[in-house]
Amino acid sequence: MDFELNDEQRHIRSTVRDFAQAEIAPTAAAYDESGEFPYEWVRGMARLGLFALPFPESVGGAGGDFLSYVLAMEEISRADASAGITLEAAVSLGISPLVHFGSKEQQERWLPALLSGERLWSFGLTEPEAGSDAGGTQTRARRDGGEWVINGRKVFITNAGTDISAGVTITAVTGSSNGTREISAIAVERGTPGYTQAPKYRKLGWHASDTRELIFDDVRVPVGNLVGEQGAGYRQFLQILEGGRVAIAALSVGVAQACLDAALAYSAQRRQFGKPIATFQAIQFKLSDMATQIELARMMTWRAACAIDAGRDAAPYASMAKLHASEVATACASQAVQIHGGYGFMEESPVARYYRDVKVNEIGEGTSEVQRILIARHILRPYEVLED
Amino acid sequence: MKVVVCVKQIPDPNTTGQLDPQTHLLKRDGVEVVMDPGDEFGVEAGLKLVEAQGGEVTVVSMGPERGLDAVRKALAMGAAKGILISDDALRGSDALTTARVLAEAIKREGFDLVITATESTDGYTGVVPQAIAELLDVPAVTFAKSVECDGSTLKVQRQTEAGHDVVEASLPAVVSVTAGVNEPRYPSLKGIMGAKSKPLDRLSPSDLGLDGQGGASAGQSITAVQPAPERAAGEIVKDEGDAAKRVADFLASKKVI
Repeated sequence: MDFELNDEQRHIRSTVRDFAQAEIAPTAAAYDESGEFPYEWVRGMARLGLFALPFPESVGGAGGDFLSYVLAMEEISRADASAGITLEAAVSLGISPLVHFGSKEQQERWLPALLSGERLWSFGLTEPEAGSDAGGTQTRARRDGGEWVINGRKVFITNAGTDISAGVTITAVTGSSNGTREISAIAVERGTPGYTQAPKYRKLGWHASDTRELIFDDVRVPVGNLVGEQGAGYRQFLQILEGGRVAIAALSVGVAQACLDAALAYSAQRRQFGKPIATFQAIQFKLSDMATQIELARMMTWRAACAIDAGRDAAPYASMAKLHASEVATACASQAVQIHGGYGFMEESPVARYYRDVKVNEIGEGTSEVQRILIARHILRPYEVLED
Repeated sequence: MKVVVCVKQIPDPNTTGQLDPQTHLLKRDGVEVVMDPGDEFGVEAGLKLVEAQGGEVTVVSMGPERGLDAVRKALAMGAAKGILISDDALRGSDALTTARVLAEAIKREGFDLVITATESTDGYTGVVPQAIAELLDVPAVTFAKSVECDGSTLKVQRQTEAGHDVVEASLPAVVSVTAGVNEPRYPSLKGIMGAKSKPLDRLSPSDLGLDGQGGASAGQSITAVQPAPERAAGEIVKDEGDAAKRVADFLASKKVI
């Protein structure tokens, strides 16, 4: 068993770390406060080639492995979680469906600008009435000659309303068979008549990330915009979310590491009772627990990434990594604020931002509860006690 | 235009370096190593020149196998070829031996322009660039804070205490560049993945006809090492009506203003 990264992976990790610490971390607090979308970060990540990293060269990607993408995601998120989710949503949710299920025409039309990071593509799954129960999708697409006519609403869509947003792949009900609704994925370019984007949400965290509601009112797109097979939408997004969950696990590890970095530096410098507080066992035990849990979460994330790279069924690993890493990150943010005392409650301290940014990792791309359900289904399968 | 850039792998300058008590040499085993940050400016300068003028950049490094990381980084940034000269006998080489080895490797490769940093961030001897130029019998233009080249003539702004001199030299030449001469690019991730398929020569001193060179034959030896003196306490200027003048006089005496 080999826990060592290869030369290429080490080099990618150190390059992204240098970039993120020099180009993202210094302006993270300012973007958090203003809520502006960080175009300069996106341009920098694009120059590095991050948007193309985990995709095959045959579609114009960089041909990197998924583990390299996970290493990059951790380092970007360690500098700022909004940067992390912007990259994650673009790569795992925006580009992935087009790479995995898109037709050659769709790939040639949209991928070049997306892989180069000039434009962003979104993924529209969640609806006001369909969150964890994605089968409850209400958005409908009706065939009318050579077109799909789409009506519905999608909520919490990342990267949907920036100046460089190009479109969205949505799930919609396209029919029914045997009483089950048939769900398909359809690509919709931004600016198509009837496509409306709501103003940016006010969020607890991820302030610099662009998140919006999208409304589709008799939006017409060519039938050729169907992504993958008709009726395969449900199966497809489960596969997309598998990779997405590993990326969210990496994002969580990055924020947790940032919490530990800040807590270590602060506790070594902050003096009480005549000594740095890091010399007190009460603080040391918190730091040790954080470091241990982060290392465990990181290893689980790498494990899941390696399963994807090996072409194995990564779903249970992805769920476990996402579940554990997101909960570890929340705990680490809480302890980091505690170690900073009153200063940690002030917005001048970075850990206040981490504390706000971290909670959503337990919610997005499958809540912790959904992950536990998926893990239970997997481990109980041999006992045949659960209905499908 | 053929540009050769010298790079060195050094212990991470963000960590505290340790000296071996016996040999007085910097400990290089078991510590994090990185490409000398000063060398990134040289690589960037080389890449900029060949992007404007055509041609390619070759990077050359002398050092242990781990020196390969520095060479690979330069390849990932865009250099076309790497050369690493490695041999146990080279351990503890002095500046002249280092310059001989690098100069032979550069001569063997062929060059129009050699770019180095002004000095390494670990050893700080600051004489290797000039020694390489002497051994190659070409002009040395040092402390360049900007570099222009039309393919036959080199024109640099040479950093001085008061500002800069404009210096020209005809190629072939050696130029040493200061930190800040440019903004070194990050290697692209695709570049990192492509680096291992670029040509890489791994040479020993005997490949260069330099048998017997190395630490044992060094013309210089380190006889003793002492910790740097503690910094003396600063002088506190109390304002008695003339503080501004005294501060200004002090700064002027240090040639800061």
